[in-house]
Order: sequence, then C-alpha cells, then structure tokens
Amino acid sequence: MTRSFFARNPSVLIFIAVLAVFTLAVTLASEATGTGALSTSFVKTLGKTLCLCLVAIAMDLIWGYAGILSLGHMAFFGLGGYMIGMWLMYARTEAIVATSMANAQIPPTDQEIVDAIGTQIFGVVGSSDFPPIWIFADSLALQLMLVVLVPGLLALVFGWLAFRSRVTGVYLSILTQAMTLALSLYLFQNDSGLRGNNGLSGLQNLPGANNIPQADISLWFFWASAFALGVGYLLAAWIVSGKFGSVIRGIRDDEARVRFLGYSVEGYKLFVFTITAIIAAIAGALYYPQAGIINPAEIAPIASIYLAVWVAIGGRGRLYGAVIGAAFVSLLSTMFTGGQVPSVPLGFYTIDWVDWWQVLLGLSFVLVTLFAPKGIGGLVDLVTGRRPPDRHGADLGPDKGSLQEREAEQ
Amino acid sequence: MSTLLEVSGVSVSFDGFKAINNLSFSIGPAELRAIIGPNGAGKTTFMDIVTGKTRPDEGAVLWGETSQSLLRMNESQIARAGIGRKFQRPTVFEDQTVYDNLAMALKKDRAPWSVLFFRPAAEDAARIEELAEEIGLADELHRKSGELSHGQKQWLEIGMLLAQEPRLLLVDEPAAGMTLAEREHTTDLLKEAAKTRAVVVVEHDMEFVRRLDCRVTVLHEGSVLAEGSLDHVTKNQDVIDVYLGR
Repeated sequence: MTRSFFARNPSVLIFIAVLAVFTLAVTLASEATGTGALSTSFVKTLGKTLCLCLVAIAMDLIWGYAGILSLGHMAFFGLGGYMIGMWLMYARTEAIVATSMANAQIPPTDQEIVDAIGTQIFGVVGSSDFPPIWIFADSLALQLMLVVLVPGLLALVFGWLAFRSRVTGVYLSILTQAMTLALSLYLFQNDSGLRGNNGLSGLQNLPGANNIPQADISLWFFWASAFALGVGYLLAAWIVSGKFGSVIRGIRDDEARVRFLGYSVEGYKLFVFTITAIIAAIAGALYYPQAGIINPAEIAPIASIYLAVWVAIGGRGRLYGAVIGAAFVSLLSTMFTGGQVPSVPLGFYTIDWVDWWQVLLGLSFVLVTLFAPKGIGGLVDLVTGRRPPDRHGADLGPDKGSLQEREAEQ
Repeated sequence: MSTLLEVSGVSVSFDGFKAINNLSFSIGPAELRAIIGPNGAGKTTFMDIVTGKTRPDEGAVLWGETSQSLLRMNESQIARAGIGRKFQRPTVFEDQTVYDNLAMALKKDRAPWSVLFFRPAAEDAARIEELAEEIGLADELHRKSGELSHGQKQWLEIGMLLAQEPRLLLVDEPAAGMTLAEREHTTDLLKEAAKTRAVVVVEHDMEFVRRLDCRVTVLHEGSVLAEGSLDHVTKNQDVIDVYLGR
C-alpha cells in the first residue's frame, strides 16, 4: 500500500498524456496559433465536447460508482451556464450602453446606465427592471462563486430531502427528472428573471475583448476546458481510488450492509450528489460561453437522459469510459445532425440522417445495453485481459443500482 | 453481573401477526449465547430490532453502562455504538478485494470527510493482515471476495465484524452450508471472540450449538420459552413439545 497514486491508477497518467497531446494538436491546427486546419467553430465544438466529458465524469461518479441513477445532472450543468451567462450578458451590455451614451450631451448618471442595461436585456420579455437575482451580475467574482454555490445548494437541499427519506432506485431517477423538468418549466416563464424562453445570448462575446478575434477566444476556452477536464479527472480518480471509493462502491452493491458497518449511507450519497453537481456546474460554466446561448430547453429532462446514455455507451464504473462515451457520442451527434453525413438513397426512400440520427442513437443504446454492457471502455479489458469475479451471472449486490457481474471491473 | 444489552417487554407485529410478543432478554459484556427456536419464532426479527432495522411497537432496548436507548438511533449509529451483525447469507462486497473489505470494516472515523482523506497507516495494514491470518484468508488478501468459496465468505464476514471491534456480535446461522471442518473453524472463531465481548448466535443446528457449549435461549412465538444450558433446555417439556419433538 505504499505505492503512489499514479502507480495504483496507471489509467490516470495515460489519460492526462492523451489529453495533453490532443490539446497540443488542436492548438497547432487552430486558426489562432497554428496552421488553420481546424476552423474556429470546430475548435469551439471540441471545447464544448471537453466540457461534456467533464459532466460525464460527474455522472459516472454518481451512477457508475455510487449506483445512484440521477437523471437531473444537466440541470446543474445548465445552472452553472446561467450563472456565468448573467455576468457575460450584463458586462457586455454595460460596455455597449456606456459607449452609446457617452456621446450624449449630458453625461448619464450611474442609475441611468443601469436602467438602460435593464431595458436592453429585458426588453424581449417586456420589462426593464432588474429582478433581484441579478443583484450580483455586475461582479465577475461573485457570479463565479454563484456558479458553484447555486447548483451546490440546490443539490444539497434536494439530495438531503431525497436521501433522508431513503428514496432509491427508479424512484430517485424519477424525482431527479421531476426536478430538472420543474426547473426548466420555471425558467421558461418570462417573469422568472432569466429572460424566459429567450434565454441568455451573445455569451461568446467576452466583455472588453472586442478587438480580440473569436479564433483566439475559442482557443482560450478550449484550453480552459481541457484544464478543467484534466483536474476533474484527477479529482474523480482520487475520490474513487481510496477508502471513500470503496465505501461508495459498497453502497452501490449493498446499501444495507454498508449501513450495518456503521457508515451513514445518506451522508455519503449526499456528499457525492453535491460534489458531482458542482463538477457539472463548472462544466456548464465553461460550455455555454462557447455555445454562445443558453435557454431553458438546455435543461429539459431529455438532456440528462442523454448524459446517462453517453456514460452507458462509454462504459459506467470507469472514468475513462465516461469520457470516451461523451466524446464519441456527442461528436457523432454533431456530425449526423449537422448534415455532414451523406444521406442514404434507398430508391423508395432516402435516409436523411438529420431525422434518423436519434433512431440510430436509441438503437445503439439498446444494443450496447444488451450485448456490451461494459460499453466502449470494455474494449480496454480485451487488451489488459482483466477477469471479473465469477458469480455465474448474478448481480454483485442485491440493490437496484448494483453492477451486474458482466459490468464489473477488476 | 452487569448487563451489556437489555431488551425488555418488546413487542412487534406485522399486519396483525405478532412476530415478537413481550420478549425480554439480556446479555453480559463477555458472554456467548445461542438462540434456538423453530421457524417463525422471531429470531431474525429480534436481531432486526436490536440493530435498528425494525422499530418495535412497544418495549425498551437499553445498551451499555449508561443504559442508552437504541430505539432512537438508526442502523449506522447503532453499528458505531458497538453492535455488529452477521447476516444469514454471506454479505461481503464481492467486487472488492478481501483487503478492501476488511479495510472498510476497520474501526475508524466513519464520517465522509475523514474517510475521503483516509490513507492506511502501517498499523492498519498490520491489523488487516493479523485479521486475515485469524480467519484463514492471509493468502487471499488481494483476491476479489467474489471469487472466494462460500465458507471463506462467511469467515471474511466474521473477520469484518471483528475488525469493527464491536462489544456485541449478532451472528445469524453462521454454520449454514459449511463443511464439517469449516464448522469447527467457525466455532473456534466465535468462542475466541466471546472471551472479550458478547456474542449472540442464532442457529438451527443442534450439533453446532452443542459444540459452542454455552447458555441457550429458546424462542417460541416471539417470546422466551426456556433458558439455560443445552442439556437443561432439551429436558424441558415445553421445549420438547414445540421444537425438539417434531
């Protein structure tokens, strides 16, 4: 037990190395600092994909390791995006308003500037007053704190209520779906204070960076996303490698037994739920400035289901599996829905992938679940020749979330 | 003799069926006790009540020198107070190694924050090896517990209980499905454990109980029918009628 963290987890070093090489390659091929082989919009797509990989790691922690199938983690992702979006929109509108009013004969007062920003931002929902939740929007530092605090507190309160009543299994999944649905329905209202279904837009424009081309900004965000993914992976690997990982995998496989060992199962679940919500929020705060727009449809229930599908296809219960799944499926999804895959003419009917992609995704999810429950990450086992325990096909524990023998990793 | 656990006047019913009926029971700090009784006598329900899994309708369960009531505590608090439980079927974490299983059970701070930063010290590793030696799994430390035989899993679970350093050990049918040699090893483990703590064994197998050589409590229809040495209770006419005679 004296071996170092990396010696015990060789996959962490491999992952960090691959991520570093990938980041370098994209940098060298970008328009800003390299050959320009990759367009700015594609660099943004790659940056966004890295953020999705980060939220997939959070999903793998909560589902693959702790056995809690949360179908609401994209709500935390979206909330993180909204929190940073508020500052981006406020600060940029402030700059525009200040410039346009500077030419007025009478210099505007501070209150007049704030009113003008309010009219600009909330005009689309027929209002001009700042709702109370925008009180910190002028401060980047405070809004960055809210990126962590708002989703973190929501997860803490929701998780406390749910886990304290010992809601588990499919009931918990439904509860988390209800949470994300309720949140998105609330945000769709014009008087929610976040511009209703218009959402927040223009987030790709950094305040005070008008002279910096988007090519540069896209690369900065790509680097930041890669860095966050690397740190997130290290943190997750560290959490699951020690005794804490032992306990949460124990909770996944046999919750009652862990309780009789004297561990407060509810406390552990709440801890994992909250920390993964915070990771998801940070991923969201890096994603939406690259996407440029966030609206309540982003936190619709289907988004969180997609997240579970990525992790399942990539292979739950192993961190690199979640990353592979998120990267593979979301990039493929971009290709198929972006019309980059040629249609298949069948004579009597033409398969247009923009329409048929979801069918293909659904089918592959079913096929992976049935025939390759270890997901894409399971291919690694073929190389390393790892053997799971022989339990003749039985589950590894009596609880709903427990891994089936076929999925178990060595 | 002082008592470690005192159960008095406890009743519990499920949908009108009285599983435990005005049961009273007590055990001292270092004592081995066997509980026998026909199916449905309330043996497992009794354990459920003591460990906090089932709440009784009435009665009191008092623990330790301070006579703390266990009825207000949840399962994990009761476990931390010093009551360990072994289930009928072996419940070890099959996806994890024997070492990890024992490390999880080791008596340490159980709060999430301190577990997150916990790294095993040399003495912890030594203690785990010592335990593995005791339960005969020293060579299997880095195997996944799912690969162990049925008997080995039972021992691992007893080892995990010992690692918890409980003051009271509740053991449900430890000998079920074991070979003769495995049973003897199990008897030794339990007798050894009972030198320093209270051990309650629920068992069907009379031969196994005889080998434990301890005081016996006979349960029937949720209350105590007889108590004393095995020879004493087997001569009791009531016991013969409801249990042994059949």
